[in-house]
Order: sequence, then structure tokens, then C-alpha cells
Amino acid sequence: MSVALPLVEHFAAGLDAPICLTWELTYACNLDCRHCLSSSGRRDPRELSTAEAKGVIDELEAMQVFYVNIGGGEPTIRRDFWEIVDYAVAHHVGVKFSTNGSRITPEVAGRIAGSDYLDVQVSLDGATAEINDAVRGQGSFATAVGALENLATAGVRDFKLSVVCTRHNLPQLDDLKALADRYGAQLRLTRLRPSGRGAVVWNELHPTAEQQQVLYRWLLAHGEEVLTGDSFFHLAGFGEPLPGLNLCGAGRVVCLIDPVGDVYACPFAIHDAFLAGNVRDPGGFGHLWRHSELFRSLREPEAAGACGSCSAYDSCRGGCMAAKFFTGLPLAGPDPECVKGHGAAALAAVTPGSQPRPSPDHSRVAFLGRRVDRACDEHPLAGTELATTASA
Amino acid sequence: MTSVLDQPLGVAPQVSVRPERFGALLYHFGTRRLSFLKDRRLLDVVERLDGSPSAREACSAAGVSETALPAFERALARLVETDMLRERRP
Ligand code: SF4
Ligand code: SF4
Repeated sequence: MSVALPLVEHFAAGLDAPICLTWELTYACNLDCRHCLSSSGRRDPRELSTAEAKGVIDELEAMQVFYVNIGGGEPTIRRDFWEIVDYAVAHHVGVKFSTNGSRITPEVAGRIAGSDYLDVQVSLDGATAEINDAVRGQGSFATAVGALENLATAGVRDFKLSVVCTRHNLPQLDDLKALADRYGAQLRLTRLRPSGRGAVVWNELHPTAEQQQVLYRWLLAHGEEVLTGDSFFHLAGFGEPLPGLNLCGAGRVVCLIDPVGDVYACPFAIHDAFLAGNVRDPGGFGHLWRHSELFRSLREPEAAGACGSCSAYDSCRGGCMAAKFFTGLPLAGPDPECVKGHGAAALAAVTPGSQPRPSPDHSRVAFLGRRVDRACDEHPLAGTELATTASA
Repeated sequence: MTSVLDQPLGVAPQVSVRPERFGALLYHFGTRRLSFLKDRRLLDVVERLDGSPSAREACSAAGVSETALPAFERALARLVETDMLRERRP
């Protein structure tokens, strides 16, 4: 059963608590991915302490947030990573964490196998070392595959292999699926967005218009076997909508808590324009979620702008807010990758250099020099498989 | 085949229920699936299941009319199918 429109309208107006909350535990990372959406690399000295992190979990438990998507940076770099994870699970907040695999030893894999409330996704951006390492750095393919092997050997079921789709790995879709199958993993494909260091490489790496068509057909053919976290709803303009919630969830069902406790509308929107406040502020996260000016305004009906006359608007809704923002396009109007071709024209009208720069930069080498990784390149709705709708 | 209405049902152990304005969200930690109850009364029924000898009695306690009952039966059956609800064993 699919999600009926009235329910989507409820989602558009915002929920009492987020469904998909991404929590980046640290900006530190041992890799240096070219497209890192959080411009990670160096730890920030203001990062939440263990006690503060537990305080956040207490709030999430009270708000009945079912699970958090933990990322970074490389979250497992934090010395208290397992302490935080164990605390969350003990407080009925499930954990899905994203990793580049560098610390998924056989022991860690065994630990993951032992918990139903723990889910892991390993980031890999190519089916071969050549394609992957060009984006994620020398040796990162071998590291990630080693992690897949350890997870499979430990008997972890249904872990995820998470791929950010680029111009270079899209020709490898079948190989990526085969790679995931080999380890009993589920393939998850997500969209490259011009966020963080991704803004620097977006022109070079984002899929071509022809590749988007191929991807769309491939996704339709694979249905629920392949997860997308509803990343690709802008492709709905090609025909029938893909399964999932066709809606930008920023500030409505999705948000980000960054390592220093700043709360943004979406993990792909790390910029002052989308900053609601900090979990250390009086009232904490719950107050921000319910009452911040920013989130309230994001829950207002959005203006369709130039998309208003488009036949695909009901399912595409103008695409991704963050993608528009960081490419310098108006938020009311087409996505830069609009399948009707309106994005290309709109992009041509943007004055070069006028695009907003992602705000905090934790790259090891200052921004636009581009540096460093994060392992979690997932859409905030990733993992929310909108399967059943029980109505009466 | 007997109707789900005649069974004693309960929320499955790995399932969490979160009330929302439109009804509720259900999350299953085992299957990692999310479901929606698009109706406040359906939430009321679900919340009464554990204390009722059968789903039918939970429905009537929640004030579900005879005419509305088939829709509730379908919704409950769907929730059983996806393991959000289970038959309670004595
Ligand atoms: S559509 Fe873009 S801005 Fe909106 S929630 Fe998804 S990633 Fe974030
Ligand atoms: S014109 Fe707007 S709504 Fe239509 S396909 Fe393009 S981005 Fe989507």
C-alpha cells in the first residue's frame, strides 16, 4: 500500500517529533572524501561531551524518537562511541550508524550481530577500488570491503552498503548490487548533493541527464530490494513516482544535530540559513523542534515558483531544497537536476561565485582546497521504509 | 479462516507506538519498518488490545460501529501481517 496524500500533508505540516534524525557525533575523520557533505576532518573542540550526548538521548527517548542515524565524520573515532550507542539502545532509541568501515573489526562486528537495535551501514562509492578510491581516498575500498567481510562473517544480517551515486559509479549499478549480495548486505543508493565539500565537486560528479534516466529505470526495476531512503523523488518527473515519501522532509520529519549540538533542518543543509539553534539552549532539542522560527516556517506550504505549471509537481515538489540552495537556485523553483531540463537553464542564470558557501568547515585543509571524509552520506529518510499504511 | 477480530491481539514486543495528531506511528525494531495509523480511533483500538479478550471487544470498547468494523478488521489484519501486532498467547 502506498502513502495516501492526506498523510503526506500531515507530514508536510510537521510531526511532534522527527522520524529521521541524523546525529553527527564528531567532525573528526580518518578519510578525506572529496564529496563529504559535512566537510569533516578535524574534531571540533566544542563537540558535545559524553554527558551532554546522554542528555540528548534522554530527550529523544521522551519524544519517542524511534532511532537515530548516527554519522560524522567517522563516528567510531569517538572514544565514547560505544558508551553512547549502548546508552541509546538501553533507552529505547535504536541506532543506525554509518561508517567508512575502518573500525569494524571482527570483535565490533560480533557486537553488532548481538543487537537488534543496532544497524550499520558501510559507505562505499564504487564497485572497484579504482572508482571508489578516486572519491574516498587510497585504500578506502579495501577497508570498506574488509568491514563487509567481518560483518558477514559475524552473522550480521541486513546491514547496508551505502553508495552515493556519481557519474563514475552509475555505470556500476549491477556490480554494486552484486557486491552487496555477496555479503548478504542490502544496497542503498543515495543522491549526491552539493553540500559541504560536495559543492566543490558537484559539477564534476553529479550524474548526467542520461544517467538519471538509466538510474530511474534501474530503481523501478529493483523496487524494494534496493533502498534509497527516498533520495530520488526528483526523478518522479520521468513517469510514475518511486516508492516512498515524496516530500522534502527538512524540518518536518527530518533534522540534523551536528557534533557541537547545532540543530539544522537537514544533514545536507549545514548552513546558517538552516540553523534552528543548539541543543544546549534552554528548552533543548524538543523546544527547537517544536517552536523554532525556522522549523515553523519550513512547515508552511511551500511556494511552487517556476514548478507551478509542471505536471510532475505533485510527486517531485521541486526536488531538494539543499541542492537548490547550494547551487544558488531559488528555493521556489526547479531542482538543479530537474528531469524536465529546467534545472540546467536555471543554473546557467546563476552568477558564478554567488552560490552560498556551506558554513562550518572542518576539512583538514581549508575549504575549496577540499579535504577529508565523513562516512555517512545518506539521505535523512534513509532506512525509513514507508511500507505499511494502516487506515480505517 | 477465523477473523483477526476474534483473536486476543497485542502490540508485538519489538514495536514502539508514537501518537501523532493524525493517528500514530508504529516502528518495528526487528524489521525496521515504519507504519502509520491514519486514524485516532484505530490508535485507541490498538491501545486497548492488551486489556481486551479479543480485538472485537477492543473495537467495541473504542466505540467502533458495526458499519465501520470491516475497515478496522482490514487495518488490524494488515498490522498482524507486518508483525506490528501479534496474537497474545495465554
Ligand atoms: S530533499 Fe534535500 S533538503 Fe529536503 S530533506 Fe531531503 S536532502 Fe534535505
Ligand atoms: S519543473 Fe519542478 S516539479 Fe517539475 S520536474 Fe522539474 S523540479 Fe520537478
